[in-house]
Amino acid sequence: MKIVVCIKQVPDTKGGVKFNPDGTLDRGAMLAIMNPDDKAGLEAALRIKDETGAEVTVLTMGLPKAEEVLREAIAMGADKGILVTDRVLGGADTWATSTTLAGALRNIDYDLIITGRQAIDGDTAQVGPQISEHLDLPVISYAKDIKIEGDSVVVERQYDDRYHVLKAKMPCLITALSELNEPRYMTPGGIFDAFDAEITVWGRADLKDVDDSNLGLKGSPTKIAKASDKVRKGAGEIKTDLDADGAVVYIMDKLKEKHVI
Amino acid sequence: MDFTLSKKHEMARQLFKDFAETEVKPLAQEVDETEHFPMDTVKKMGKYGFMGIPIPKEYGGQGCDILTYIMCVEELSKVCGTTGVVVSAHTSLCADPILTYGTEEQKKKYLPDLASGKKIGAFGLTEPGAGTDAQGVQTKAVLEGDEWVLNGSKCFITNGEVADIYIVIAYTDVVEKRGRKVKSFSAFIVEKGTPGFSFGTKEKKMGIRGSATYELIFQDCRIPKDALLGPQGKGFPIAMHTLDGGRIGIASQALGLAEGALERTIEYTKERKQFGRSISAQQNTQFQLADMATKVEAARNLVYKAAMKKQEFAEGAKVSYSVEAAMAKLYAAEVAMEVTTKAVQLHGGYGYIREYDVERMMRDAKITEIYEGTSEVQRMVISGSLLK
Repeated sequence: MKIVVCIKQVPDTKGGVKFNPDGTLDRGAMLAIMNPDDKAGLEAALRIKDETGAEVTVLTMGLPKAEEVLREAIAMGADKGILVTDRVLGGADTWATSTTLAGALRNIDYDLIITGRQAIDGDTAQVGPQISEHLDLPVISYAKDIKIEGDSVVVERQYDDRYHVLKAKMPCLITALSELNEPRYMTPGGIFDAFDAEITVWGRADLKDVDDSNLGLKGSPTKIAKASDKVRKGAGEIKTDLDADGAVVYIMDKLKEKHVI
Repeated sequence: MDFTLSKKHEMARQLFKDFAETEVKPLAQEVDETEHFPMDTVKKMGKYGFMGIPIPKEYGGQGCDILTYIMCVEELSKVCGTTGVVVSAHTSLCADPILTYGTEEQKKKYLPDLASGKKIGAFGLTEPGAGTDAQGVQTKAVLEGDEWVLNGSKCFITNGEVADIYIVIAYTDVVEKRGRKVKSFSAFIVEKGTPGFSFGTKEKKMGIRGSATYELIFQDCRIPKDALLGPQGKGFPIAMHTLDGGRIGIASQALGLAEGALERTIEYTKERKQFGRSISAQQNTQFQLADMATKVEAARNLVYKAAMKKQEFAEGAKVSYSVEAAMAKLYAAEVAMEVTTKAVQLHGGYGYIREYDVERMMRDAKITEIYEGTSEVQRMVISGSLLK
């Protein structure tokens, strides 16, 4: 079985978001980390690898610096990393990004693609489902549990107050929530191996069946009018089975998980 | 000459930092209060390879260098001195001598379980009548047929009782040297559970209170002939060489404690307000912090340099790292004591309260000036190299 996990290097928003005067993110002022939802997706893939011996490839698009998250993924246990980087791909919105990643994925053999639900720097949750459209694959978003059953996946899809259990035949695409699991740490030896590993680097010329008009800044229909730190809305969650101390621990864990603290 | 850490080492440091902050820091106060050995943390560290960082992959280790191992002890000690010394004693004092002096059979038998943290290691040299003066060692090993018979006791043994594998130094002969009778020592690998091997008192300590410090007792303890580590009669140089490595581990523990105390103090002095402004705005605070940071940086350079010298040895170069290790331990331990004491002072009354980490760090720091060779012994080693 072959799994491709799409990951993104993002600024850590834990200490607050910093903007440039023009409304774009001041990435230089923030620590770069692997996007939490993507990390959960990677952990899900690594657990499948632990059980079935699946091969896990990590794919990212970004600046050359983004190879850091590929090495981190290899240090956690991924088998290989592919970086898509090219000046003409810069400034991409979700449409241009998903077009690019789909163009890369057409060169890769896979049974399952896992992406994070959304990245903490943009919060769009669009790239995963868009990739599935480009590749004509079934998509199950917001996965909070993933199981492999023969040639199919069984996924619990999270809603605010319930979840759906869905089954899809592979190949398919799943978008993962950070609540899916607790990602493993890297190992020191894994880090040493990761820095010996060769990262495959692809440019525009390596993308398959994509049109230049859908790539980079020029191929991005989105224009940012205004950017602000996110405001979370939702139905919330009611817990009745905790005592006061347990509730504090639960709330603190949730806040950490959401990168509030 | 390059003082920049490679990206690989930066990533390893980040790993140790994340682990320490998430898994170790929340337990540090409880471990100290309850004197509870952090076994769950050790198992977790074993799972992620922290118990076998410099052990080659062929023996189940992580195959990393000494610097990576040192940074692990440093980052753990920033938040918990106990957890730092557990890894240091296990790696430097047990796994390292087996790796350096063990036969292929011994390496295959012991290193994989040590590297995975399935088994914990310890080292026994000190005795009630023998600390710095190794000739005072009373523990004796006599070869009877195919077995060595051990009698005697060891005290202040870090990871005692919780460890499964012990490197034990005993005398095996008395030889004439320059007209004087001197003991000749050998090193042995002794497993927990061997009949005749038991544990005495658990020490109640000032600091590193979660670390298990026990007396080891050998009463007609029979171990196989092949439990001898290295050549017979070479126990003293093996012990001294092992301690050279151990001192780099303790130096990094001391460095971590000093760094941790400095970090807490910077945070505290920014928040604490007196006379209408934060105490970090006072020049006294600023100058104290500047001195603390400068000494920490100097200590770090000495510790990393010693680690790199040991790495040269590990890669086959015929070099001694004894003086570098002694300088690193001497300086880092004294900096740890000074910086943690200043940290308590800058915290004022709160620094004396157990709720604040610096109180524990100051108690933890003291031992780094004492164990694995006191500061006085380090001065003897250093001056000995100058005046030979």
